Amino acid sequence: MVIISKSDANPSNIQPSEITPRLVFEDRRTFIKAAGFGLIASSSILLSAKPRAAVIAGGETKGAGVLVGRANAPATSEKVVSKYIPRQKITGYNKTAYGAGEKLTKYQDVTTYNNYYEFGTGKGDPAIESTLFKPRPWSISIEGEVKKAKSINIEELMKLAPLEERIYRHRCVEAWSMVIPWVGLPLASLVKWAEPTGNAKYIEFISANDPKTMPGVRSPILDWPYTEGLRMDEAMNPLTLLAVGLYGEVLPNQNGAPVRLVAPWKYGFKGAKAIVKIRFVEKMPLTTWVKSGPNEYGFYANVNPEVDHPRWSQSSEKPIGAGLFGGRIKTKMFNGYSEQVAQMYAGMDLFNNF
Amino acid sequence: MDKQRIVYIKSLIWFLALLPLARLVWLGANENLGANPIEFVERSTGTWALVFLLATLSMTPIRLLTGQIWQIQLRRLLGLFMFFYASLHVTTYVWLDFSFFWPDIIKDVAKHPRILVGFAAFLLTIPLAATSNSFMIKRLKTNWKKLHQAVYLIGILAILHFLWLVKKDVTEPLYFALVLFFLLGIRLYYKYQSKFSKLHKGVRI
Repeated sequence: MVIISKSDANPSNIQPSEITPRLVFEDRRTFIKAAGFGLIASSSILLSAKPRAAVIAGGETKGAGVLVGRANAPATSEKVVSKYIPRQKITGYNKTAYGAGEKLTKYQDVTTYNNYYEFGTGKGDPAIESTLFKPRPWSISIEGEVKKAKSINIEELMKLAPLEERIYRHRCVEAWSMVIPWVGLPLASLVKWAEPTGNAKYIEFISANDPKTMPGVRSPILDWPYTEGLRMDEAMNPLTLLAVGLYGEVLPNQNGAPVRLVAPWKYGFKGAKAIVKIRFVEKMPLTTWVKSGPNEYGFYANVNPEVDHPRWSQSSEKPIGAGLFGGRIKTKMFNGYSEQVAQMYAGMDLFNNF
Repeated sequence: MDKQRIVYIKSLIWFLALLPLARLVWLGANENLGANPIEFVERSTGTWALVFLLATLSMTPIRLLTGQIWQIQLRRLLGLFMFFYASLHVTTYVWLDFSFFWPDIIKDVAKHPRILVGFAAFLLTIPLAATSNSFMIKRLKTNWKKLHQAVYLIGILAILHFLWLVKKDVTEPLYFALVLFFLLGIRLYYKYQSKFSKLHKGVRI
């Protein structure tokens, strides 16, 4: 059991009773005892266990050390939003024409249905497990093929270019999608500031990896730290965004605070979150998901309805927020951003370079 | 165990077994199924089908381990609830997830081993459910037992279906796999042991 002192707790003072009922933990013990015998009972306990939070109770975290995958978001996402997300407006950003006319996914869905394995593999885990994470102060170190290695803090980063709101479609590799109003700045402005050398052909993004505040990295589900990458032309594409907020507010922890990558024509996992390091490199970086399953996840990971994931179809997607009877919509090539990005892949075999 | 008590226990199983469905209906009516309600229902019905499958499969090991036989009378009911939740699971997939769009469904089943094994498991449950009544038990005689041994295969296919669903974190399907492993293992152990003891006796004579 990992001990976290009370002083590390989020000042919002979460009552343990509000997160995970005591019964769940006790049930888990019962399960262990009963395993092999009380099979009916134990299986149902297994199912009733809610996503375990990093609950501060009596000076220790309960359950945060062991995370069990769970597709089901907690059914009370509104409560999660009001209790765990400190909301703070961003002032001074410009609205843009990007995504005009798109129907936005509800704030509560965007912030409680997340894939962010550093905070657990369940979709509802990040909103609850990320409360100890501190997104400020924050600095990003710039390394590799640059004129001079340097670092930039989040406040300086946010002043590199005027902040813009851009409404982008977000397509997860798991075949669900959202429409999110990001606030951020083009990655290109950071690249220019970094002054890469002529050898820089790719950019590698490295995410935070702090076992104290990110319970997910305590288990070797992925090869931490989370690493993603883009080809230089992809990084310079005007669509590519460094997001620092969403819905006009400072980026919540579970969405990748303080700064994350957004490349809307690629599957969501390309969007490295909580970036601490950016390396300019000559060779294609070996990214986390490629390392974990090279036949299932590629470096490019461009949204492509023609190329299935080996275990499920990518030809359609479930829009989050469409409801129980909302069904699926057809997935578009490059997630509908062909006009802006297709020329970068002209002549490339997108079946083999998936 | 007297008949009356079995009736009580069966009523209790009915009550408990319908709770997960009641929960889904309740959450659905209150729009509380989370951001991805279809996936929620798919996951929930699938997991409960698996739970009832394992419950069905634990009646014989209980007999082998404790010598009790009364619980065998619950097996059919548990098996039928497995079929019930599996049917809801498949219905959710075909209706809510794919809106009865058969070309996509056929492609999905044919192209992806995960869906294929799940679908195969479901198809196998149909003859078992259809022959679960007393009339068919009498009619099929020894063949009934042979047919219903397909449940072991169903168990293995269902676990594979779950295992291949998860992107990386296999903890939850592994729990189920472990339980299935024990349930089948206990059977094998007793089968093997009784064969061995027969053989042993033979040698002594």
